[in-house]
Amino acid sequence: MDATQYMTQDVAKRHRLSTRIWHWLNALVATIMLMSGLMIFNAHPQLYWGDFGSREDYAWLQIDDTRTTGFVRIGDVSFETTGVLGLSLDAKDNVRRVAFPGWATIPTAYDLAAARRWHFAFAWVFALGLTAFMLVSLFNGHIRKDLHVRRAEWRWAALWSDIKDHARLRFGNKMNESHYNIIQKFSYIGVIFLLLPLLILTGITMSPAMNAAWPWLLDLFGGRQSARSLHFIGAVLMILFVVAHLIMVLLSGPITGIRSMITGRAMPKSKPDQGGRRP
Amino acid sequence: MTDDRGCFRRRDLLRGVTLGGSGLLLGGCDVMNENATFRSALRGAEKLNQMTHRTLADRAALAPEYAMSDISPVFKTNGSLTGTSTDYLAHLQNDFADWRLRIDGLVANPMDIGLAALRAMPSRTQITRHDCVEGWSAIAQWQGTPLRLLLQQAQLSPRAKYIVFHCADNYGARPYYESIDVIDAFHPQTILAWGMNGETLPIKYGAPVRLRVERQLGYKHAKYVMRVEATDDLSKFHGGKGGYWEDVGDYEYYAGI
Repeated sequence: MDATQYMTQDVAKRHRLSTRIWHWLNALVATIMLMSGLMIFNAHPQLYWGDFGSREDYAWLQIDDTRTTGFVRIGDVSFETTGVLGLSLDAKDNVRRVAFPGWATIPTAYDLAAARRWHFAFAWVFALGLTAFMLVSLFNGHIRKDLHVRRAEWRWAALWSDIKDHARLRFGNKMNESHYNIIQKFSYIGVIFLLLPLLILTGITMSPAMNAAWPWLLDLFGGRQSARSLHFIGAVLMILFVVAHLIMVLLSGPITGIRSMITGRAMPKSKPDQGGRRP
Repeated sequence: MTDDRGCFRRRDLLRGVTLGGSGLLLGGCDVMNENATFRSALRGAEKLNQMTHRTLADRAALAPEYAMSDISPVFKTNGSLTGTSTDYLAHLQNDFADWRLRIDGLVANPMDIGLAALRAMPSRTQITRHDCVEGWSAIAQWQGTPLRLLLQQAQLSPRAKYIVFHCADNYGARPYYESIDVIDAFHPQTILAWGMNGETLPIKYGAPVRLRVERQLGYKHAKYVMRVEATDDLSKFHGGKGGYWEDVGDYEYYAGI
């Protein structure tokens, strides 16, 4: 087959326009939310469970410094993290006693008020973007056709064989090359329908005004400080997802993957060097 | 000379690259953070957030109230730990026996009211959560006079839009003050508290009276309140943004998040 035939016969639409717009918008907005969120965390780098929690109470997580070293404490276990967390050098080699270093925060220098403005403005884009994506995906069949875990896939054997394939760096879907595999489906469903809503709802739960409007949120998450802890844990899970996602893109053919997320078109699946791999 | 110019050009080039970049770049975010147009766009979201909160919640929707068993063992102290004005220190010596709260501004009936008279008015007791802008929370029981009753007694003018609280403490070099709008001033849980956890309000928590405005963050809850002034214009007070932290730290006027 020559190139023309690929174009006419095998080039399939891989990603819908709505998916592509949301993907790149989220890449930007999630980064802003994460970095401004880390600055907000720097204002009080401790986490608690329950309704209240301050320097007077037991924190299950603390990122702090001893003036000479930085550390992270989770429960009773401490890790030294000098140079990155708790204590680090800024671009001019000044020692900064902050939980997350300037290169990871928006803005770079400590400024809680500015970080809050970024966070609470882009939160709207983040939340409305997710809602719009969910609605569009519901109506255009993205959820039903691509994300829906089919009966045959709800089997340990199928999942186990998918895990083995991933371990061998063989990606794709045995049943249908142009579809997401089981691990992919679970990851995307988990992020879209659990993790992102968790981040948004725990965020709203931290607002004292919203507590008056929707007091049930406090019951749902077990109190304001629990919501703050879950918000932070959600952000960590989000980072892990993005890291895993980027590794998979790299392993499964980054050029094809990125191009398809920009143009929407897949490479022909029969082309040998592509092997039906997809991020 | 030549070197300097080279440096300058390089810096310009760098700046251009960052400015023209996606905004995802760290430098880009810092540049945007300093950009007046971008900042005012972010500020627009503050108004949107307030509007949304006021749409979703009734004007009188109550902040959650807690049980005695939920009270923080130690309520973290924050900000000033005592009033600092000579006036205040004299009253402190005298156990606030001659202290009077001044209520004036856009009211038909300006008044001075002492602590005993305040305590004799109908009061509200509430166990509520105090949320600092930094992220921590503490729970305490507060008892005090609803601000609404005082404003009604002083015959608040319909022209009044904001209630300003002048405080007896300097924080840093500047006097502390705060303000809220009339909607929050008339909220049932908005009280001038003189009792805390069943006792007289301690000095470090704002004695003789402090504001509780439960649906907003801690910096709004002015301590050591000496004077309550109704106004239609916040720009004439101190830095003009309506409160100490709004002026000094650029925090939002609306502190519902």
